[in-house]
Amino acid sequence: MQDALELAEDFNAIPIKDRLQLLLEFSENLPALPARYADHPDLLERVEECQSPVYLFVEVVEGVVHLFLTAPPEAPTTRGFASILHSMLDARPVAEVLAFDDDFPSKLGLREAVSALRLRGMTGMLRRIKRQVAEKA
Amino acid sequence: MSVPFDDNAKFAEYANPQMLVSAQWLEEHLGTPGLVVVESDEDVLLYSTGHIPGSVMIDWHTELNQPVMRDYLDGEDFAKLLGAKGISRDTTVVIYGDKSNWWSAYALWVFKLFGHADVRLLDGGRDNWIAEGRPFTRDETPVVAVDYPVIERDDKTLRAYRDDVIAHLGQPLVDVRSPEEYSGERTHMPAYPEEGALRAGHIPSAVSVPWARAAGENGVFRNRAELEAIYLDEAGLKPDDNVVAYCRIGERSSHTWFVLTYLLGFKNVRNYDGSWTEWGSLVGVPIVRGTEPGSAPKAA
Repeated sequence: MQDALELAEDFNAIPIKDRLQLLLEFSENLPALPARYADHPDLLERVEECQSPVYLFVEVVEGVVHLFLTAPPEAPTTRGFASILHSMLDARPVAEVLAFDDDFPSKLGLREAVSALRLRGMTGMLRRIKRQVAEKA
Repeated sequence: MSVPFDDNAKFAEYANPQMLVSAQWLEEHLGTPGLVVVESDEDVLLYSTGHIPGSVMIDWHTELNQPVMRDYLDGEDFAKLLGAKGISRDTTVVIYGDKSNWWSAYALWVFKLFGHADVRLLDGGRDNWIAEGRPFTRDETPVVAVDYPVIERDDKTLRAYRDDVIAHLGQPLVDVRSPEEYSGERTHMPAYPEEGALRAGHIPSAVSVPWARAAGENGVFRNRAELEAIYLDEAGLKPDDNVVAYCRIGERSSHTWFVLTYLLGFKNVRNYDGSWTEWGSLVGVPIVRGTEPGSAPKAA
């Protein structure tokens, strides 16, 4: 598994066009929701900071965080953000998630590629994930 | 330059039928010399997930705006952008996009600030094209760069600045945001992020006509009679009126600007792109809260 620093380095090492391609690949690899959430959208929390509908739910089992995120295919940027956070934070210990860098979204070199406005959605997702983890830990 | 117009019967009712093409027309004309198809979406990655064969993308945020000052590209940068997309001054451009052409209407408005002569919208945009099962690809479009002349942006004819709006008070204003934003319940669209306005409400005397009412099923424009019922009968606007449209940052109101200008033949419609993110934070300008338009303050 990659850590946040390495991923940020990977993004920043490549031209902007390739950063978008990498983000697109992330968006395509966002895991589908398991049936228990897919059938119960009411259990999920809406991330209001995102331009497109994105919903998330956090489970904490024996000190380990399990993340469930969903966003529509018409919103690949948002899906990409969700997928990056999933790859960084899923199946990690609570303490590690709570200590995760709040400023991580701004370190991916995506500001020029997708604009600061769109990046705000990722910050909103991260904040809500950490809040749910804190509530459930 | 000889890309024909679409003689679709629905379009023939509009004031400027040549501003629209249907999905069928576009599919039949893909590859026509002198035609460039441009996709413009809210989501910067959506084009990469699939697009009309041969189309290029222009992103409203990262490509049409200046990176530092809050403004659109200047003539030099616009020339560079269009040239790099294979568009020359006499190219016929057809723009399409997601969400009922919301962002593509915005791009078209920017093209018109630079007086690009032949720029049209694909009726129904991206969603309708997909719904009709028309060709879609992820193939990269090879582009041959061309020269586009440096044209000075015209900020007077189609664009209103805040001082223009202050001077305009007393004449028709149309607020195209959601009812919640208009009444002041919120400063941003439902389900959209807060975009920094300090006060919520609307510009005094503005009538509320949410932009999306102009589009029907699959995002295609309503026919002329339906549009007249909304904008003329209900909102009380007249084709000879001097109208300013606004929303939150000027994108949704570009859509309404397009409808009033080209579909209904209004002669004098300007888009206030500073819109609510500016007006709602300006010191000393009047606003109104609630569902009634309110009255325009007397000129100072």
